[in-house]
Amino acid sequence: MYWDKAKECMPREDLEQLQLERLQSTLYRVATHVPFYRKKFKELAIDPDGFRSLEELRKLPFTTKDDLRSNYPYGLFAVPLRDVVRLHASSGTTGMATVVGYTRNDIKNWSDMVARILTATGVDADDVVQIAFGYGLFTGGFGLHYGAERVGASVIPISSGNTKRQIQILQDFKTTTLVCTPSYALLLADTMIEMNININALQLKYGLFGGEPWSEEMRTEITNKLGIIATDNYGLSEVMGPGVAGECSYCNGLHINEDHFIVEVINPETLEPAAPGELGELVFTTITKEAFPVIRYRTRDLARLVTDPCPCGRTFNRMTRVIGRTDDMLIIKGVNVYPMQIESILFDIEGTEPHYQIIVERDGRLDKVTVLVEVVESIFFDQMKKQRQLVEHIKKRLATELGIGVDVKLVEEKSLERFEGKAKRVIDKRKL
Amino acid sequence: MLKIKNLEAGYGKLRVLKRISMHVNSGEIVTIIGANGAGKTTLLYTIAGIIKASAGDILLLDNPINQTRPEKIVAAGCSLVPEGRQVFSTLSVRENLILGGYVQYKKNKVDTDAELQYIYDIFPVLQERQNQLAGTLSGGEQQMLAMGRALMAKPKLIMLDEPSTGLAPLIVKNIFQIIGKLRDAGNTVLLIEQNAKAALAIADRGYVLETGKFILQGPSEDLLVNRDVQRAYLGREVAL
Repeated sequence: MYWDKAKECMPREDLEQLQLERLQSTLYRVATHVPFYRKKFKELAIDPDGFRSLEELRKLPFTTKDDLRSNYPYGLFAVPLRDVVRLHASSGTTGMATVVGYTRNDIKNWSDMVARILTATGVDADDVVQIAFGYGLFTGGFGLHYGAERVGASVIPISSGNTKRQIQILQDFKTTTLVCTPSYALLLADTMIEMNININALQLKYGLFGGEPWSEEMRTEITNKLGIIATDNYGLSEVMGPGVAGECSYCNGLHINEDHFIVEVINPETLEPAAPGELGELVFTTITKEAFPVIRYRTRDLARLVTDPCPCGRTFNRMTRVIGRTDDMLIIKGVNVYPMQIESILFDIEGTEPHYQIIVERDGRLDKVTVLVEVVESIFFDQMKKQRQLVEHIKKRLATELGIGVDVKLVEEKSLERFEGKAKRVIDKRKL
Repeated sequence: MLKIKNLEAGYGKLRVLKRISMHVNSGEIVTIIGANGAGKTTLLYTIAGIIKASAGDILLLDNPINQTRPEKIVAAGCSLVPEGRQVFSTLSVRENLILGGYVQYKKNKVDTDAELQYIYDIFPVLQERQNQLAGTLSGGEQQMLAMGRALMAKPKLIMLDEPSTGLAPLIVKNIFQIIGKLRDAGNTVLLIEQNAKAALAIADRGYVLETGKFILQGPSEDLLVNRDVQRAYLGREVAL
């Protein structure tokens, strides 16, 4: 089943012509309307008019998360704000937040992309789709929602959390399609098993999972426990949101919507193109976005590109699942967290010392974060009340900054390991 | 049907088209909109072989035509309806049409009357005036004659250069309805227009040409909604 067969199965040479046309006009638009790119092109003596082929893409500069941060909030927008009909953002108040925008056409294209991946899984207008991704400034909830509405399915915008209610709705509303993080899907499955609910009696048929890395073993567990077809999908707000890539029912790699994005895989050390099939960092160039186009955005996600034809007939190349990161970003409960965010908050709070450790575990199905913070000796031996207040204060500020709850434990001065060179602040005990 | 990659063309030292790429698929209407002087007519003339491209590729049905002479391009299946009609004013309507079919006549023995009837069925007014001198027709009738003349060559791709110029709004509506019917009958149309609203209303896809570069492209309904297109070419802010 295809949402847009003409595009999804188009011959590669027609696709390349389309990419060339769209890239040329995108380069013109960013050079004209986005001072950041105009300056960068000038510095590197690049003529945006001089673009002849897709191979020349590598002559263009990269765009990084830091570039987005330093242009907070609207510095990289290519259209006036009045043409922007939607804004989304990542979490963060300490200079780590990034903002993205969408015009009416961007929203239309975004919905179509998500519609494609829903359809590729098997979802259609007869389905009832439960979206258990957080609605809000994150692109996950709204992105999947608009795509599901586009397909014509009955959409339940339940957002995340409240597991008992999720299960209630799953049964009462006769949900056929579950959309959430893979770890949450397992939490729902295990909770239902605990509650002695007959999962076979549910209407569940499909699951679209993303927002965090997951293994084939996890997929097998999900399909066995929930009796569904479970596909992986990938996206990031800087490039679009969910819908950048998604698996078809062959579950054999995620088809990238190459008529909207040009994908490259680079060696993160040398920044040169990786060899075909080699593991490398995914880099995306948007070729249809109007409000927030990005040129060669470094995702920091590591994956491989698969160019063999897929039995489903789609000619869009596939990426393997994301296998790791090139930076220190963590994904906790589906939320992106940079250790730097935690560090800035801690440094800001009186009484804390600049030594901390972040311990990430998977407690059952859900991620759990504990931040160990060294405190000034006097506070440590002082009244329990003062300690409790400090812990609550830190917890509150971290929750506000990161968007997820973390546990905080105060520890004695000098009790944490010291490092020569770069400190290893994060201990991730989870195994994928 | 038509594929263009990195085309550069101009007049002497004046670079008009600056590395443009586009394509037209069989059976669709593609429109190129843009202001005066953007390079639209230059583009059509370069495809038709009247101007030689200085760089880039033009492929008609996968055959490169940038070095091909104009008459061979017509024979290959690409006809031009030029800007301002340019009918042969001292010849009759019928003679204009027969001349248009010359490339077909050269190759095969054609049943001229049957061919003419086909055109008259699309443009009944031409049948009425078939013996009239072309120069005495009204603007709208001349536009139909120019289109009929191009169709006589049995083109696979019809290129129209600003068919709405100098015509009353009702006539423009009529002409565009006919262009739509041509597409429905299986023809492929490349339409150059300053009247962006009328063009985008019948086209499947469009490209926006500004000072020799494509700055935007996409399905025509997307271009109609795009605020830059609205401000620059549709004249006013359209409340949606």
